[in-house]
Amino acid sequence: MGARTQDFSAGAIAILPVLVATAPVALLFGTLAAAKGLSALEIWLMSATVYAGALQFVAIDQWADPAPIGLLVFTALVVNVRHILMGASIGRAMTDFSRPAKYAGMFLLTDEGWAFAERRVREGSLTPAYYFGIGVSMWFVWTSGSLLGAVIGSGLGDPSAYGFNFAFSAVFICVLVGFWSDWRTGAVLAASGAVSAMVYLLVPGAWYIIAGAFAGVGTAAALHAKSDDQPPDGILPS
Amino acid sequence: MSVDANTLLAIIGMALATYLTRIAGLWLLQVANVRGRARSAMDALPPAVLMAVIAPTVLATGLAETIAAAVTIIAAFRLPLLVAVAAGVASVVVLRMLIG
Repeated sequence: MGARTQDFSAGAIAILPVLVATAPVALLFGTLAAAKGLSALEIWLMSATVYAGALQFVAIDQWADPAPIGLLVFTALVVNVRHILMGASIGRAMTDFSRPAKYAGMFLLTDEGWAFAERRVREGSLTPAYYFGIGVSMWFVWTSGSLLGAVIGSGLGDPSAYGFNFAFSAVFICVLVGFWSDWRTGAVLAASGAVSAMVYLLVPGAWYIIAGAFAGVGTAAALHAKSDDQPPDGILPS
Repeated sequence: MSVDANTLLAIIGMALATYLTRIAGLWLLQVANVRGRARSAMDALPPAVLMAVIAPTVLATGLAETIAAAVTIIAAFRLPLLVAVAAGVASVVVLRMLIG
């Protein structure tokens, strides 16, 4: 096996637990979308091109005939604002990526895929092959799962009854544990978690992710010590 | 199989809006001067976003989810990811049955 094939498989294998949890959720999405009157082809198209689970569930909830295009596009922007932060973060690690690979890679950006890519960055370096191993396998499972759900219809039940929805939180917790370095990580997590939970309870919509992220990042900036800087050429940091 | 023109437009609109949020981070990166305090802030971005994503489930959904999250954290420090995730999912299922 070449290094690329090896890295691609390594990415696909690493993301396997997420794929197992994604499949029933994709089936459920296809089922719900079909119940709203979308054809199987339309459902596959949405999963293949929009490719954003959280948004797709919200969109299907708001779906009407004719489709409220303006509302749906605005919802897409709001629900996916978190991608900007994730993209900015993983973009820094994409040093081995060509420009087209970066832009293609960003199409495949998901919460879980991003978390696993960041984990890889912490362990060493992120190759395009590894990143696409994660992204392509997730895209394949999400699109085929929603198509299958659309075709076979209801009767699957609610995945939350089996704890599948908690699987995503559990995966994130595991990745998060790998980010621990010192007490300041604890402070960042405390600020982010507290603000996120509070905003979630008080403000409708998906703003809690942005609010929590900024609280955590602000805490990190506030706790920044001069000793953290290693200016290579004596330039003092601001 | 049919594709309604209006539905197709809605899907394309959502796809473009979503892709915009996915690539906007790359542009943000080009203008951000990553040094000193800004560097510390950027380094904290992944854990801060991860925490913000799970906080509602872990802290504000129910006792079952909060306890299961604690189980997952402990498991994640000692066990491989797949086992820790399975432990978390198993505990949330059991706890939901026990405490609703």
